[in-house]
Amino acid sequence: MSHPTPRIYRNVFAALMGLLVLTVAAAFLPFDRVLPTPHAAVWARRITISIALTIAVVKGLLILLYFMHVRYAPRATWAVAGAGFLWLAIMLALTLADYLTRNHPGIPNNRGEPRYLLR
Amino acid sequence: MSHLTVFEHDELPAEQFEDVEQQRETSSLGMWMFLSTEVLFFGVLFTSFFVYRTRWPEAFAQGAKELKWWLGATNTAVLLGSSFCMAMAVHAASEADDRTIVRWLWFTVVLGTLFLLIKGTEYAIEWHEHLVPHFRWSPVAPGAGEPRDPQLPLFMTFYFVMTMFHALHMVIGLGVLLVVIVLARRRHFTREYHHPVEVVGLYWHFVDTVWVFLFPVLYLLRH
Amino acid sequence: MTTVPYNPDYGRPARPTYLSIAYRVSSWLLTRDHKRIAILYMIAITLFFTVGGVAATIMRLSLMTPDGRLTLPETYNRLFTIHGVIMVWFFLIPSIPAVLGNFLVPLMIGARDMAFPRLNLASWYLFVFGGCFTISALVLGGVDTGWTFYTPFSSSFSNTHVVLTVAGIFIAGFSSILTGLNIIITVNKLRAPGMTWGRLPLFIWSNYATAVILVLATPVLAMTLALLCIDRVFHVGIFDPAKGGDPLLFQHLFWFYSHPAVYIMILPAMGVVSELIPCFSRHRVFGYYFVAGSSIAIAIVGFLVWGHHMFVAGMSVYGGMVFSFLSFLVAVPSAIKVFNWTATLYRGSISLKTPMLYALGFIGLFVMGGVTGLFLAAIAVDVHVTDTYFVVAHFHYIMVGGSVMAYLGGIHFWWPKITGKLYPEWAGRIAAGIIFLGFNLTFFPQYVLGYLGMPRRYHAYPEEFHFLNVLSTAGASILAVGYVLPLFYLLWSLRYGPDAGPNPWKAMGLEWTTSSPPPPQNFERTPIIREEAYAYDRMTPQGSDNTPIIPLPAAAGGARESGRPGSRPESSEWSDQ
Repeated sequence: MSHPTPRIYRNVFAALMGLLVLTVAAAFLPFDRVLPTPHAAVWARRITISIALTIAVVKGLLILLYFMHVRYAPRATWAVAGAGFLWLAIMLALTLADYLTRNHPGIPNNRGEPRYLLR
Repeated sequence: MSHLTVFEHDELPAEQFEDVEQQRETSSLGMWMFLSTEVLFFGVLFTSFFVYRTRWPEAFAQGAKELKWWLGATNTAVLLGSSFCMAMAVHAASEADDRTIVRWLWFTVVLGTLFLLIKGTEYAIEWHEHLVPHFRWSPVAPGAGEPRDPQLPLFMTFYFVMTMFHALHMVIGLGVLLVVIVLARRRHFTREYHHPVEVVGLYWHFVDTVWVFLFPVLYLLRH
Repeated sequence: MTTVPYNPDYGRPARPTYLSIAYRVSSWLLTRDHKRIAILYMIAITLFFTVGGVAATIMRLSLMTPDGRLTLPETYNRLFTIHGVIMVWFFLIPSIPAVLGNFLVPLMIGARDMAFPRLNLASWYLFVFGGCFTISALVLGGVDTGWTFYTPFSSSFSNTHVVLTVAGIFIAGFSSILTGLNIIITVNKLRAPGMTWGRLPLFIWSNYATAVILVLATPVLAMTLALLCIDRVFHVGIFDPAKGGDPLLFQHLFWFYSHPAVYIMILPAMGVVSELIPCFSRHRVFGYYFVAGSSIAIAIVGFLVWGHHMFVAGMSVYGGMVFSFLSFLVAVPSAIKVFNWTATLYRGSISLKTPMLYALGFIGLFVMGGVTGLFLAAIAVDVHVTDTYFVVAHFHYIMVGGSVMAYLGGIHFWWPKITGKLYPEWAGRIAAGIIFLGFNLTFFPQYVLGYLGMPRRYHAYPEEFHFLNVLSTAGASILAVGYVLPLFYLLWSLRYGPDAGPNPWKAMGLEWTTSSPPPPQNFERTPIIREEAYAYDRMTPQGSDNTPIIPLPAAAGGARESGRPGSRPESSEWSDQ
């Protein structure tokens, strides 16, 4: 079974640190002042979380694939490693399916309260 | 995983296995399965956090701004460094180079301890600023007197719960690392049998991955 | 190459069995043998079943009169709570996986033990340790939140021992995670040569799927209960609306575990039935791959339906529609199993031994419970019958009419293998009949009661429901007799029962090729599997023809299941233990 070399570990570490700098910098970009739309605050939130989570996922993948050797591991390991994250995705998706669809105008349990996403 | 508490060599391979390679693969798969359970364990906290973030966006944005992002970022760098050291230690284990294993493992322990110290400092600052729900809270910021969002305690609760569970896992990891260092110094490992180091490495990297997600989610969602 | 005959020590093995190899208490309490651990679990869950059963008896006695004066309202609340907590977490969830699964999984795949024997023992200790917490909560006065611990009552208002009970469940949860982990890794890595995935007994498929659920769902429960405790102790308002929390979030997180938990309770039972039906109809299973695949499908789709417990709790309508649709979907693989079992029975040579009676009872009662689940999955119907006795009847049909009957069927079927003794068949049949009769008398009236509107978790009810409640209590008393009987004759058989021999049922399966009780290392020689499971139609007239135990020629390197060239030691290394 092949293993990554120390050189690969060093490169991955450098990439991780670079991504750390990137994610911190991106958090301070003034999206809410730059976006022209009326719902600038909402879109700023959405963009911020998208960038932050994307970078986090890339960092996580680097750690998983290289430091934890998943890239070089047999199929069973891929399945087990993936299952945990897939199930977390299920929990997130279906729970948010409830919370993000509450209080839509025009459906029975709407009491006229504003949608959560637009304040 | 089942050999970590054994200080003398059990008979290798253990009775239910045919050879050491099968035992190694089994240990590794067992640890991966355990890590999957941990993904779901922490996943509950992330799910709840996101649910409440959609419910109370201002409170959660304010909360992110209250946290000391530079301490969090430093901690992230420290933990990534410790992960690198751990990977190097596992590599040394695969070559049965005991002295190098011990050296890289000590670096890992040192960086991990540094992480906990920085975290402790953060907690002390938050205590000082009356940001600890139930224990030391004030609805206005001390000194400047700016009123805080009434839902801010919820954010801070999640911050403390999530980072404390993470810190607990780190403490356990440090303890296990010390055990492995002792084993390595006693020349317990060989080229065929070194899966305890590998398996501990998996655990340590996982704890790092949790932090890689915790840091942006707690500290960087400032809008 | 000659075949090795059966263990020549037919009946009374001269070689030590896993029971006779050591008698000291410490050899049991410090054992690493999966068979002994299974028996430790069996004793523990029987004790817990008794506690939960006593709670149910008092409840049913109290419900015999409309004013429910036998118990105070607060006491009644504590009774149904402890009944639920103990029966779910301390009886049903460990029953088949930890007792029959622990005993049989290595035997059925030809392994010498589980992958992690010490973790196996640790899981039993965790189970008992967690049980101590919960029982002590009971002794100190109990809990009154219902086994579902809904917030904010449990987190902010109840003044009973919530944290103590929940701590016990949290600890027992780790026990089930370790059991599940052990089963998955064992089946993945320790199968004997020739035991491909397509030759695994269906009991293994079911327990494997169950183990996947155990591993993925239980951590969610652990963290949810931890959050509940934090909210209760520190009053931080995670689930308290007054402080910005959402009680429904608790329900989402709780049911994300607890719905798959009900599949943990039924899947292994289906696995047992999948073993009993072919054996007692002397017929291979119809549609083996469909039955195996349906186990996996139930495990996966079962994770997608949890919202159906919350249709009227305040979830969004869109969310409700999604969960309703998925709930209809999850019924399909269960139905596939029922069709396949029925097709297996068709034109089979059926013998109505005790285990078969339980298996047939399972099929009928499970179907009834399952279709009423479909009623509940339809939101329009659910609005009317939710939180009534209709729901109570539905889940008792599946958990008691299904799981418990399958558990008893499995205990009777494998009793000769576990103990080496035969129980009296006439007594078994009588007990099975009493249980079937008592069960239906207890729970069928509850469907009607729920449909007529009697709410659940109420200690008193209007006069119009009196008659049906009396019927239900009468049934419960018969059911209790039925449950006590096996305790007597099974224990009697340990001392006075005839010796069983390796294969009293003439069944197929690796576990029947070794002695009864098995030796500590399970097999004298590692078996090599050459045929599919359930090849009953190729069986010779005089009985089971499965002689897969073949001495390994020293030169041949049998390939191990993972495809790597075998690094097999000489057969003589294992021949004598």
